Amino acid sequence: MSEYRVLLVDDEEELVSTLVERLEYRGFSASYCTNGQDALKMLREESYNVVVVDLKLPGMSGVDLLQTIRTAYPHLPVLMVTGHGAGGNDGFQPPDGAFAFLVKPINIDELVAKMTEAIKAYEPGQ
Amino acid sequence: MSEENNKAISTTISMSDAPGSQLPRYTRLHRNLIWIPLLAALIPLAIMAAINYRQDANAYRAESHFVISRILSNTKRSLQFAIEERRAVLSLVARTNSRSELSSETRLMSILRDLRESFGDFVDLGLIASDGNQAYYSGPYQLKGVNYSDQPWFHEVALRGTYVSDVFMGYRHLPHFVVAVAINSGEDDFYILRATIDTELLMRQIYSLDLGAETDAFVVNSRGILQTASAFYGEVLDTVDFTIPPHVREREIIDEQPQPTGGSVAMGFAYVEGTPFILVAATRLEPFFQHWFYQRSDVIWFLLLSAVGILAVVWYRSRNIIARLREADAQRAKIFHNVEYTNKMATLGRLAAGVAHEINNPLAIINEKAGLLQDMAQHAEQFPQREKILKIVDAITNSVDRCSRVTRRLLGFGRRMDAVRERIDLRGLINDVLEFQKTEAAHRSIKIDVECEETVPQIQSDRGQLQQVFLNLVGNSYGAVADGGWIRISIKQLSPSEVAVSVTDNGHGIPASDLNHVFEPFFSTKGQAGTGLGLSITRDIVEKLGGIIEVTSEVGKGTTFTVNLPIEKVD
Repeated sequence: MSEYRVLLVDDEEELVSTLVERLEYRGFSASYCTNGQDALKMLREESYNVVVVDLKLPGMSGVDLLQTIRTAYPHLPVLMVTGHGAGGNDGFQPPDGAFAFLVKPINIDELVAKMTEAIKAYEPGQ
Repeated sequence: MSEENNKAISTTISMSDAPGSQLPRYTRLHRNLIWIPLLAALIPLAIMAAINYRQDANAYRAESHFVISRILSNTKRSLQFAIEERRAVLSLVARTNSRSELSSETRLMSILRDLRESFGDFVDLGLIASDGNQAYYSGPYQLKGVNYSDQPWFHEVALRGTYVSDVFMGYRHLPHFVVAVAINSGEDDFYILRATIDTELLMRQIYSLDLGAETDAFVVNSRGILQTASAFYGEVLDTVDFTIPPHVREREIIDEQPQPTGGSVAMGFAYVEGTPFILVAATRLEPFFQHWFYQRSDVIWFLLLSAVGILAVVWYRSRNIIARLREADAQRAKIFHNVEYTNKMATLGRLAAGVAHEINNPLAIINEKAGLLQDMAQHAEQFPQREKILKIVDAITNSVDRCSRVTRRLLGFGRRMDAVRERIDLRGLINDVLEFQKTEAAHRSIKIDVECEETVPQIQSDRGQLQQVFLNLVGNSYGAVADGGWIRISIKQLSPSEVAVSVTDNGHGIPASDLNHVFEPFFSTKGQAGTGLGLSITRDIVEKLGGIIEVTSEVGKGTTFTVNLPIEKVD
């Protein structure tokens, strides 16, 4: 299995850097940045299989970033994450275009499962 | 205990129930609303009737005065004429017969016979000398030789030349009066011709009038002694108790004289000149009232019917107004408190969401750091005390899970002010609600059961609002049960379109008299401790969600609140 490339975008650096390490333990090639502009820059420079975006970002919001990615890279799946309890079982629907919506604190196994699911769903030929 | 008593009292509260709290104020308002228009309408009516009555009374008084005046003037004239006539005849006899002619009983008898033939009412005839001695006498009494010199009338007739006496009871107990004339028969010498006259004469004058039952005419003297019989005041020589006015020339009419049979009369007096007689005419006033009521019965009926009609209209209208006012007041108060409550909940929700969010981020970091530690321990070839570290990491992640459940719940409540439709698993929702109070349940040894039929479907409703409803109901149950009591929540499907959730406790119960009011705003049995709004707002929310809430309770046994909810909300 080739190494999937993941980009994590979250303003909480302590959190996102740890997640990168943990994903690498699980066979992903992960990178991170802490705002939307940096994320777009990194997307231009490298290619990724999946992007994980926090809903609340400084400057460009998570939803704006999501919309931009959906327009610019229609074949790149995006997962949204939030610390605000607006996900999961209370009926809040993920913003349009997001593959899934996860609530912090994230269960790493759930994240891996959703990312894998997203990558498979967006693989050419599917 | 009878079956009746065992039966729990059930009630469904409708929106039109008025609050029972401000009764005196509304009662007072209602009273004012009745009295003011009623008085405004009835006072002019009463004044109108009073004016009408007064006008009629005046007309009747004028009429009665007219009747009295007519009797007095006619009768006085006849009476005066009759007495004058007898005095004149006596005077004529005295002048056409010399003293010596009259000094013969045969002659006196002959004259008396003539007088009786002409007038009929002469009883006797006598001649009295200037020494007061009745020298000659013809008549039924033994009066010859009687001396009158010490009698006041003797001196009066000597002085004035003529005299008419008061009535006295004479021969055969018939009333009589005396007419006397004095004749000068020389210097310092005189004699008196005296005749007794039957009072029948006076009676005839009066009874020739057709007076009817309501009018009376009679003669009195100035001392109030009846000189003729009176229909109202008694027999001859009885004393009357009304005041007789002093001598007047024509006549005097006095209203409102008392009458022995009750009521009052209008009474007129006329003095018969040259006699002690005062002619009196009286007419009763009572018939006037009957007359007025009879004549004015249409007016009186109109007045009474108007009063009843006005009262009915005013009462009905004011009752409506008060009911509307009361309803409006209740609604206003409810809206006001709903807004207040909503604001409070929104503020609380924002606060809770803020706190939860702030905690969530560090919690996520703890979670990931612990996770990383776990990854490292698992993946490294050599890791000192690996097992212990993994145990520690497990403990940390378990605690993080507990914290995150709390923050998720807080965030869930924070976002609940707008109605959001979603599919809800009632069992999960009830468990969430109970989670908030499980510490209290444990401390107070309250047993909590949740019974849920396996087949109960998810319902489409608003999670936050339903949580509020059940938080309130469960909170009430906690308030009602004693330590060691139980609360049972049962969830079942009633019909293809409806589910029911009931919250039952074995607390103190609600008295039947309060049961009708528990959903009214400001009704509270908790005294200062309660706002009296909890159940009112609960009912509002349930109704907004398309459901109904009912309560059954029995004092000493417990209370059940049942909430019926639609499975699919139809707007």
